[in-house]
Amino acid sequence: MTEVKKIVEREVLMNGTQAVAHAAMYADVDVVAAYPIRPYTEVMDTISKLIADGELDAEFIVAEGEHGQFETVKHASLVGARTLVGSSGVGWLYAMEAIVVTATDRAPVVAIIGNRALDDPGAYGVEHNDALMVRDVGWLLAWVDTAQEAFDTTLIAYKVAEDQRVLLPVGISMDGGFLTHSEQIVRLPPRELVKDFLPPYNRGKYLVHPDNPITVAPQVNEDWVMEIRRQHEEAMERARGVISEAYESFKKVFGRYPGSTAEIQMPENPFVEPYMIDDAEVVIIGMGTVSKPIKVAIKNMRRQGYKVGMLRLRWFRPFPTQDVIKYLSNSKVVCVIDRDYSMGSPNRGGVIYHEIRSALYDLDQRPKVMNFIGGLGGREITIQDVEKIIKIGYEHRDTPITKPVYWVGVRGDPW
Amino acid sequence: MVEKEIEEKVYKSIIKTIKDVPLEEFYTSGHRTCQGCESALVMRFLAKAAGPRTIVIGATGCMYVANTTYYTTSWIVPWVHTQLGGSGAAVLGTAAALRALMRKGKIKQEPINVIAFCGDLGCADMGLSGVSNAMTYDYNLLIILYDNESSANTDIQETSMTPYGAQTSFSRPGKERRIMKRRWKKNVVSMIIAGHRNVKYAATMTPAYPLDSMNKIRKALSIGGPTFIHSLDPCPKGWDYDPKFSHELGVLAVETGLWPLYEYINGEIVYNEPTKSIVEGRMKRKPVKEYLEKQGRFSHFTEEDIEYVQKMVDEMYEEWEIPGVMPIKSINVKISD
Repeated sequence: MTEVKKIVEREVLMNGTQAVAHAAMYADVDVVAAYPIRPYTEVMDTISKLIADGELDAEFIVAEGEHGQFETVKHASLVGARTLVGSSGVGWLYAMEAIVVTATDRAPVVAIIGNRALDDPGAYGVEHNDALMVRDVGWLLAWVDTAQEAFDTTLIAYKVAEDQRVLLPVGISMDGGFLTHSEQIVRLPPRELVKDFLPPYNRGKYLVHPDNPITVAPQVNEDWVMEIRRQHEEAMERARGVISEAYESFKKVFGRYPGSTAEIQMPENPFVEPYMIDDAEVVIIGMGTVSKPIKVAIKNMRRQGYKVGMLRLRWFRPFPTQDVIKYLSNSKVVCVIDRDYSMGSPNRGGVIYHEIRSALYDLDQRPKVMNFIGGLGGREITIQDVEKIIKIGYEHRDTPITKPVYWVGVRGDPW
Repeated sequence: MVEKEIEEKVYKSIIKTIKDVPLEEFYTSGHRTCQGCESALVMRFLAKAAGPRTIVIGATGCMYVANTTYYTTSWIVPWVHTQLGGSGAAVLGTAAALRALMRKGKIKQEPINVIAFCGDLGCADMGLSGVSNAMTYDYNLLIILYDNESSANTDIQETSMTPYGAQTSFSRPGKERRIMKRRWKKNVVSMIIAGHRNVKYAATMTPAYPLDSMNKIRKALSIGGPTFIHSLDPCPKGWDYDPKFSHELGVLAVETGLWPLYEYINGEIVYNEPTKSIVEGRMKRKPVKEYLEKQGRFSHFTEEDIEYVQKMVDEMYEEWEIPGVMPIKSINVKISD
């Protein structure tokens, strides 16, 4: 008979950033590099207090800027330390050079991005363009929806990033304000269990140490860049399998699927969260906390007879192409809500819109794809907005699309 | 550690004569630096002086481009690249990680030297804020600024380290304006010692004085905490002279007083080599003309320009509170009676 472990989880009220800080504490991080920018900052506020209270034994570096912040953790990671870093908006972009080499040096850093609009004009609210800037440089990118998911995904991020088959940094995005600053109940597992889930970081033969005198990132000029990029991409591909394994392992160790709580039961798919999608003719796609108004709107519209569902992307890199195909191939219209925009892009739409269109291109029976740009700079996407989106999508089940991209709720622009 | 213990440790680390220099090389063949490259000597000295229990971090610069070509690395100790402006943060991250890992028993407890080297841009220009930040922490680390007075791997461009009037591809003398570089060289060691209280050791050096250079690296590493060395490295390509004169120019830079050699140890300034004699009045400074006229980058100088440089150097020694170090003029403070 197998032994049944009784897992007693502690329920604590905390916001998304605090949840991440606690997960990092559970993961026993060694080096943390901080630099302030709203709205991610509270991750570091919390970590600093945890260190001061003796809950966590780690070096806390206050950098001179985001570039230094990311260089610090990159080098700490190369000598074998588990690290935490993060930023928001233009701060994240200020670090871009260091962010790129973190991935190319294969340093499994975990970063928290509290999504924020890019300057100018200055704004604190959420917009996904900041994190999406790194979509092409080899970071694994996850988008979380609840504080619970933030906590669980952080633990998973370390497990995936430090896996010898991957060794890539992970960025965990959360909506500024909506998740970084809203408190929810988070179930914290017993600390001892985390040890069963997360092995110590072992950099193996790539460890920088006098006992292992390797040269890291020498100049290759035109000779080897192709091979290195290809290896990088192969690691990214391997990460798909490693992510799935990590979710299974999480379930086995903690007795629940990542992101699930007593109230919320997550469907068992690491990459996407499908919602009422099985018979849906119209599917709404989004990332992060926009799922809340979407879910409510879907319930309302279902009552009125609309066959509508949702697919929320939990991981953006590697992109869940197969899952997207699986869940969307039977739908008629796909409405992508982008909390970002790609200026001058092929169809004048957002980033996710183009990714989804690309993922569906090879299907013989392609659903129509529409784009709704909304919630930029922290503007709320309301339930009424989503209901309107659903109606627009529904109208186009059998009629051709004349206007593929809508801007949701822009002043003076009836949509 | 008690101050006396530190003093003893520093004293023990000093190499007495050139015969006592370790034979082992930790920066060896495989590099592609130019003939007569003095910065390559700095790399060699730092690796030799620091020994095998060392991690070296190199910022982008000519010493990255020339030293670590894939498959032919010249480093026997572990070496890691950092971005142009990243040295301060990189050295901080490495030192912090080693401390955390040792404290938590994840790696063996032992002293490991952490050294970053960076050039003009990586240390004095875009990297300065990071270097300054590293100097505010109490980790054991050393940052070396190898200063060849230009951006040397991108075809000799002007930096804040380029001396007054020197010709670079960003400061070319022309028909209308003879002197394009009108800024005076930034005084980096003074900035470090004036602005960072927990720096116990900072120094200037030039590889023309090998023993002095290696001992400065040894002292910096053994005294502990954040430390800083600024090395003036004559560069045949950038300064436009025959590679065989590299050492001679290093010596002339010191003897003309343009490049004073000194150490800052626990709040005190100690002068070394000829600078000591100059400051103590036992040796006369050579005219700067001797130094300037040997380099093609100053070939457009007129007598007037040379006089101007001479005047500025004279001022360094005759009017500054600490000769050649701090650009603060002496004033006779009268205490009212």
